[in-house]
Amino acid sequence: MAELATTTPGGYLLVLAILLPVVGMILSFTPGGRNAERVALCSTPFGFALAVAIAFHVSRAGKPIVYAVGGLPPPLGIALRADGISAVMLVAAAVIVAAAGFYGRAKFATPDGVREGRASLTFWIMLQAIWAALNIIFVGGDLFNLYVALELLTFAAVPLVCIDGRAETIAAALRYLLFALFGSISYLLGVALFYGAHGTLDISLLAQRVQATPVIWMAAALMTCGLLAKTALFPLHLWLPPAHANAPAAASAVLSGLVVKGSFFLTLRLWFYVLPALAADKAAIVLGCLGSAAIIAGSIIALRQARLKLLIAYSTVAQIGYLFLVFPLAAGAQTWSAIGWSAGVMQILAHAFAKAAMFFSAGLLAEALGHDQIAKLGGAARVLPLTFLTIALGGLSLMGLPPSGGFSAKWLMLQASISSGQWLWTLPILAGGLLAAGYVYRILAPALSDDQIMSVSPPKRSQELIALALAAIAIALGFAPQTFFDFLEIGRPVAGQP
Amino acid sequence: MTPSVLAGLTGAALVGLGLYGLILHPHPLRKLLAFNLIGSGVFLVFGIVARRGAAAGFRFDPVPQAMVITGIVVAFAASAIAVALILRLSVESSHVTLDPEVWTKPNGGDTK
Repeated sequence: MAELATTTPGGYLLVLAILLPVVGMILSFTPGGRNAERVALCSTPFGFALAVAIAFHVSRAGKPIVYAVGGLPPPLGIALRADGISAVMLVAAAVIVAAAGFYGRAKFATPDGVREGRASLTFWIMLQAIWAALNIIFVGGDLFNLYVALELLTFAAVPLVCIDGRAETIAAALRYLLFALFGSISYLLGVALFYGAHGTLDISLLAQRVQATPVIWMAAALMTCGLLAKTALFPLHLWLPPAHANAPAAASAVLSGLVVKGSFFLTLRLWFYVLPALAADKAAIVLGCLGSAAIIAGSIIALRQARLKLLIAYSTVAQIGYLFLVFPLAAGAQTWSAIGWSAGVMQILAHAFAKAAMFFSAGLLAEALGHDQIAKLGGAARVLPLTFLTIALGGLSLMGLPPSGGFSAKWLMLQASISSGQWLWTLPILAGGLLAAGYVYRILAPALSDDQIMSVSPPKRSQELIALALAAIAIALGFAPQTFFDFLEIGRPVAGQP
Repeated sequence: MTPSVLAGLTGAALVGLGLYGLILHPHPLRKLLAFNLIGSGVFLVFGIVARRGAAAGFRFDPVPQAMVITGIVVAFAASAIAVALILRLSVESSHVTLDPEVWTKPNGGDTK
């Protein structure tokens, strides 16, 4: 295990990936005003290049790349590690943050001659803060370090929810914050128990030391519970729809596409990387059941929403449910576990891109029509053809129709559940697809009708193209080659062999 | 009963009380106070964990203590954000509530 504790070639890239948005935040803060936008937008290509370079190093080495901070190996020091899924998530985060930045220019840019506003400054700084926190979560190798990253993520996400300062959005932000605080304190208690039991918080060291003692089960339960509250898994999803639906579209896309994935990523780390030694079949079934309930309940509530943004937010609740089917489907070291694992990561990516595209489109639509009431969308596709193409492509992926990332994810999940003999999981997967088709139809059917509708203002072509590009990525994921899935396997611990 | 066990039980009781308050009190300020109560309980547990270093010949283990300090700073920052939001909410609206229904009712919100 020594190779998991010392700096490997390319390890310094992990530090740069974290430092870049942090430096950007400080730079945005000091000169402030209109410079914040420039700094944020200029740093996105560099961030993307760093993420790709990390992915390249991981793929060339065929094993995780490591950086021991300060040259001190764990347990005394803190290690940063990037394996296959970290690298993929880093790239996805860089793409979506960049898209949100360029999309958000329409609302949060301060051209010369316009007074600098507080909302813009907050948006640009918090966008970079979210990016920094996510990068720490993706490469962090120490449970306490990850706790701090989780808190950073919350503190960056909450202001984005209430950026326009209406009472309604402040209440939504406050609810989000209180749920998140419960989540983080519960996680922290779990960390304390882990440290008390084994004297280290390094993920790979813990993986060798943990045994199925009551303390470890308690710690795992507390941390999972906290992470579920942050991931908004049913029935802890109550905060998500008002928070995500009230934020500005550029922020909603990041919140729904990336922020909830941050805490889910930690749940994956906890169960598959820290606790592979635990016989967690029952826990996995509980998580799978909650996920199934989320799929069904989230989709049904989405079907009943009057506002487009709320419908998309409830669809997030449902799609998060799919993620938790990974726990029963990728457990253990059987042949089907790898399929379940690929399915889970594919679902993270497909949902991140599709949902960001849909929130961007909903924002464009609300801007162009002056409202986002689904009942009044009659004929809107005539006015906003590109936007509705994006919604349709994103919806395709959410439903799981081929060819799309969503289809690959659900198809692999079905394969894993059949070949593992857990065929009961196929029911929520298929039902969720049908229900998703229902709510996407609810948006598209009136929009494609013959009614006449007046647009308040024409949509910005650049914004439409950004949304379309993200939807296209969600579709393109459906054509991911086998090498991509092999890449996701890099660094995945398999139960029984450390 | 050794001091460690006593402190551990106190920590557990604080977490329990705080959780009860966080779930049951409707007012956000009370929820925030309850969160801080949970926080105190968790920090106390960290304190007990730090004492286990004594077994290895040290007087205490400094790592959990460093974590407690970080945790306190984070909890303080979180409370500050929450208080700022609550204050802002009371300025923007006549009632400080987390009930999302209030804002969607036709006569809800400020026109009570």
